[in-house]
Amino acid sequence: MTATAWDPSQPILEINNLSISFFTRLREIPAVMDFSCTVMAGEAMGLVGESGCGKSTVALAVMRDLGKNGRIVGGSIKFKGRDLTNMNEEELRHIRGSEIAMIYQEPMASLNPAMKIGAQLAEVPMIHEGMSKDDAWTLARQIVADVRLPDPDRILKSYPHQLSGGQQQRIVIAMALMSKPALLILDEPTTALDVTVEAGIVDLVKDLGEKYGTSMLFISHNLGLVLDVCDRLCVMYSGEAVETGAVADVFDRMQHPYTQALFRSIPLPGADKNSRPLISIPGNFPLPHERPNGCNFGPRCSYFTAGLCDKADVPMVDIGGHDRHGSRCLRVDQIDWAAPPPAKAAIEKGEIGPVVLRMEDVRKYYEVSSGMFGGGAKKVVKANETLTFEAREGETLAIVGESGCGKSTFAKVLMGLETATSGKIMLYDRDIQSTPIEKRDTGTVSGVQMVFQNPFDTLNPSMTVGRQIIRALEIFGQGANDQERSARMLELLDLVKLPRAFADRMPRQLSGGQKQRVGIARAFAGGAKIVVADEPVSALDVSVQAAVTDLLMEIQRKNKTTLLFISHDLSIVRYLADRVMVMYLGHVVELGTTDQVFSPPYHPYTEALLSAVPIADTRVKRKRIVLEGDIPSAMNPPPGCPFQTRCRWKSHVAGGLCEKEMPPMRTLAGGHQIKCHLSDADFAGMEPVIQIAAE
Amino acid sequence: MDALSWGAICATILKQFMPVWIALAATFALSISFKRRLGLYGKLFDSTVGMIGFGIVMFWVFTALFAPMIQMYDVLTQIAQLKNKVPGTALPDGAGYYILGGDHLGRDVFSRVVAGSRVVIQIAPLATMFAFMVGITLGLPAGYYGGRLDTGLSFLANLVLAFPVILLFYLLVTPEIVKTGLPQYIGVVLFAMPLLFLVLLTNSRFYVTPGFRNMLVGGILLIGGWAYLSLIGEADTRVNLLPAALDFIHMPGNILIVFVSVVFVNAPTVFRIVRGIVLDIKTRDYVSAAQTRGERPWYIMLWEILPNARGPLIVDFCLRIGYTTILLGTLGFFGLGLSPESPDWGSTINAGRKLLTIAPHPAFVPALALMSLVLGLNLLADGLREESMKD
Amino acid sequence: MLKFLGRRIFMMLISAICITFVVFFLTNLAPNLEKVAKSEAGSRISDEEVASWLEKNGYTQPLLKRYGEWLGVAPGWTWSDENGVTTGRCIAPGSDPVTTPRYCGILQGNWGNSNVFKSPVSTVIGKRLSVTGVLMFWVMVTMVPISLLIGVMAGMREGSRTDRALSSFSIASTATPEYVSGVIMIVIFASSVTGLKWFKGTSASDVSDITFQNFFLPVATIALYGIGYIARMTRASMTEVMTAQYIRTARLKGVSFRNVVLKHALRNALIAPFTVIMLQFPWLLNGVVIVETLFNCKGFGWTLVQAAGNNDIQLLLGCSVIAVLVVLVTQLISDIGYVFLNPRIRIS
Repeated sequence: MTATAWDPSQPILEINNLSISFFTRLREIPAVMDFSCTVMAGEAMGLVGESGCGKSTVALAVMRDLGKNGRIVGGSIKFKGRDLTNMNEEELRHIRGSEIAMIYQEPMASLNPAMKIGAQLAEVPMIHEGMSKDDAWTLARQIVADVRLPDPDRILKSYPHQLSGGQQQRIVIAMALMSKPALLILDEPTTALDVTVEAGIVDLVKDLGEKYGTSMLFISHNLGLVLDVCDRLCVMYSGEAVETGAVADVFDRMQHPYTQALFRSIPLPGADKNSRPLISIPGNFPLPHERPNGCNFGPRCSYFTAGLCDKADVPMVDIGGHDRHGSRCLRVDQIDWAAPPPAKAAIEKGEIGPVVLRMEDVRKYYEVSSGMFGGGAKKVVKANETLTFEAREGETLAIVGESGCGKSTFAKVLMGLETATSGKIMLYDRDIQSTPIEKRDTGTVSGVQMVFQNPFDTLNPSMTVGRQIIRALEIFGQGANDQERSARMLELLDLVKLPRAFADRMPRQLSGGQKQRVGIARAFAGGAKIVVADEPVSALDVSVQAAVTDLLMEIQRKNKTTLLFISHDLSIVRYLADRVMVMYLGHVVELGTTDQVFSPPYHPYTEALLSAVPIADTRVKRKRIVLEGDIPSAMNPPPGCPFQTRCRWKSHVAGGLCEKEMPPMRTLAGGHQIKCHLSDADFAGMEPVIQIAAE
Repeated sequence: MDALSWGAICATILKQFMPVWIALAATFALSISFKRRLGLYGKLFDSTVGMIGFGIVMFWVFTALFAPMIQMYDVLTQIAQLKNKVPGTALPDGAGYYILGGDHLGRDVFSRVVAGSRVVIQIAPLATMFAFMVGITLGLPAGYYGGRLDTGLSFLANLVLAFPVILLFYLLVTPEIVKTGLPQYIGVVLFAMPLLFLVLLTNSRFYVTPGFRNMLVGGILLIGGWAYLSLIGEADTRVNLLPAALDFIHMPGNILIVFVSVVFVNAPTVFRIVRGIVLDIKTRDYVSAAQTRGERPWYIMLWEILPNARGPLIVDFCLRIGYTTILLGTLGFFGLGLSPESPDWGSTINAGRKLLTIAPHPAFVPALALMSLVLGLNLLADGLREESMKD
Repeated sequence: MLKFLGRRIFMMLISAICITFVVFFLTNLAPNLEKVAKSEAGSRISDEEVASWLEKNGYTQPLLKRYGEWLGVAPGWTWSDENGVTTGRCIAPGSDPVTTPRYCGILQGNWGNSNVFKSPVSTVIGKRLSVTGVLMFWVMVTMVPISLLIGVMAGMREGSRTDRALSSFSIASTATPEYVSGVIMIVIFASSVTGLKWFKGTSASDVSDITFQNFFLPVATIALYGIGYIARMTRASMTEVMTAQYIRTARLKGVSFRNVVLKHALRNALIAPFTVIMLQFPWLLNGVVIVETLFNCKGFGWTLVQAAGNNDIQLLLGCSVIAVLVVLVTQLISDIGYVFLNPRIRIS
């Protein structure tokens, strides 16, 4: 082992001018170009960028696992001074898992479904340290306890599918820690998890990193998360590192136009859809084989200078006076980085009209029977319980909650795909609760439409964009003949700011953001009055999110549409919602204007949710509230208050009332509603979770 | 005249297939030069396996097409002197050769195999198509609606799958059963499926413009219905619906049974595949989008789901034509399929196998032909699968 | 688990009843019965005589009733002629009608008599089944390990030279139906053309006379077709598993390639082929019939062909019961095995 020859003051990982290409039948596709970064012992390095920027490729290159088509075409990766790029399989095998370990995005997929957790964990020290089986299992038990999983013995004996997503990710982390690696690579470790679960995992990773002194390479698209976890970061764009430096430097003294544009396009506290709208990055991410000459970001950059930026490849330059801060920009010295963004004209606040939709006491129960012929006990899943709210014309009502909170069921019931078990859904003055979609008239159907979450799924892949919009027009009875309909279709493309030529394109030729625009055009084909937007931007890259959100807002203002915005992302909710409804396990736990919900008093769940959302702003101070455990299953919800199993305020309520009785919906000042047993004094004593430090 | 040497035999065969070679060369040249514009079909030419498979399949397709030009003698002419004679034997009148020998009745093996390709290439894809129509028409609602319908249909499919195929054939072809008209009644149901499929397909899409819909569906019903009635009706049988003057499709009872058997054997498997894909696709957002804009179920099944299931279905279609070819051979092998005089490969193998140890070539040549076609189809399916996954 | 098993067995019985009823219906159509009457009572009898013969032998009862009798859930028919002699389904000729049981169907072990072989169906089938049983045993013994090995080896490293070679072999073998490979093998190994004559082109009809020489070709013929099919399924499943995220996890844990395949991939990769192997049985039956005809081996398949060809209703029904049971039992085993191999289903 050469490990003894390595001096701990030297970098653990040193990547120099790394270039990686994928070779397809047609061409060589460069995935990463001229990438350099250094990770010191005990340091956490963040790799940030949008999808397709090459950040995961870098991680896999470090593991030397690029697959058949990928190849390192230049540069070196030194780990503890030894170059990984020219190691053979056998040498790599000794390093993988023992010195460098990796944690992946999809915990379920990265665990072997047919092997017990214990066996998968114990395998690691048995391979690398030749540990006996019993010792390895003992160690596994200890590490499982370390990652704060309850009942380690039971967990070791279970199969992956018996655990929840959060537990699985803890197991993956435990597996990576089994032989105390020197470097831990985390590839979007929390993307597949709910925010409150994510917060727990992030805390765990930070603590364990300190406890074991492990260096980390943390890959994420979420700047807030990087701020929470990392010491240094490296921003990537289209295969290149564009800016690297200490977190504080990059966040507050950024030196690259892309980093700056990125920060301006994400909703940070203080942004407002009317007075301080987000600034989206124009254009699209270039495809790997369509990269421009010179600076990759050039075509989308507001500081672009023709003849300079599009000439030759741009080198990384060091910024003087900062700690190892570099930027890949030729105009770094000419740009005034402190200048405020060109003020986007403040938009007049949209007028809020009369109530258009009212839900009263809506319940939706599902009966789930196990067994093929109805044998077995029937279980009732209460997907929605006593849902009561109203939405007004031109208003944005955000519905917030994590998976299993009943927000998708709510959407289905409203759309008429399912009928509610009881209650009233009043659209204007008609009750549509018991009218399934087949029985609704065209006007009702076209008046209530939906925008879906996944842009890759929202359009039928084998129909042209134009045809799909025309079909919606046909169904909604718009236009008298084909000519009128295709004219209307082109108008709709204009409305969502897509070129008219897109009408003949197939969905696969469109980017995610463009697809989402087509989805919006389709939803507005029949002049929708109420639009349910189910996480419309959560699957998009940050730079595109702002543009799509703006578009939605703009159409809303123009058409006076009521927008029901379903989301788990509180930052975007704060940015665009007029009122917010927080849901947990089928119950509305809090309902109020955006200001009311985002400031105390909170429902304990809202409080935890607010504290869990990472915010990419160094000025923001957050109170850490990490919820214990997972969201209970809707199949057997806890008795009493649905949130009592994870509530940190439970002890403030006397007599175990929370475990016995469902709290009533209480109306506080200004129509702010909270479903909680806490006393008014407790509410009054609540401190704000988020505070912005004075500048 | 002397018998031909093996070299001369090969040369003659190559020469006989000249139209096929020309057609193949043209197809490949055209396809390869435009392959970037031809979608999945074009991508096939990126895969060696796919190209080989496509080549073999097209070889037999063209052979079937040009069979009258390729075959050298009439398929039924018997020359007593040439019974079981080896390949390359000269005719007694010296006018030519049986280049691949004569069979047990003194017929030309080469010509019979070439003519046999016609039977196979005509029946196998068509019968498979019917099986697909039936499988799709039942599999779509089973997967989409789920529940009781799904349970019932799946049970039925499993039942048919558990039925010993051979027994089914024997039962269906017994003259006594044919006389009762049972296979025809089954045919009445099965052949109605494509018509139903087409009507559902057009109606679901165009019901929003009733005028156009009425014209289209009316046309389909008129033409399709006529073809259907003509297809299932046959003079002097139990099902005789149209007057002879209007009955333009004559399907001999044997072929009908072949069709019914092929559909019976394949449809349950297709049903299962379709059902599985539908279960997957129906969770997609574009299906929800269609539902939320109030589309009818059949529109969603046929226009939103089915086109996106085409990849695996096309691959399976190729494979299944191969199985159908094998099945046709099996039927022929038991003497159950077409008439014993028919030159189709299965029957020829069956006729030739009794004298295998004395004269192997009458069975060997069609055996090779059948094997190569199935091989080609398998390779084609593999190529398609590989290429469609590369997207 | 027990509940699952019970439900499966219940479904299996329903299927068996449905299928045998269809066979019963098809074999008992009027023209078939007429043929039976003519073959039993003389081919030149008049229509009236046919009718009376059918009536005397219980064939005029409603179909469901007769099916019930055959199954053994309805009492057997009896017929007293003008002489007062009582005949009946359950009354053996010459025995006393009073002492005979009322029910005598499949359930009571009475499978009827074969017209072709002139002996009880149960003995005929039992004897023939043993020949086929031996054949199938050897087919399974050769086919399963070879095909799994080929599939795993090919799927282990997708696109490698081994993969290409083995895949080509398996595709070629699926493209060769039994009657083609049988013909080719006979020509090569057993005919005078090549003069090899290593094996015999015909098999003995007797269980006692099983030798390598006369059983090799039939076994090889059936196995060859199956090998290709199963190997391709195994390969597909193996390649899919090898690209799974958890295989990457294992590789990046430092597990050696050998152990990645043996410990991590194999079990997951075998789930799908296991079902396939079991579902092969209906097709094997097909192959068995072909091979037994081709090699003149007097086993179950051969009997089936004889029964069907000669309208031997009782024998045909017996054969179909066996065939259906074999298929359904294998399906059951495949379900159980699937559940056993796949912990995701086993535990939930």
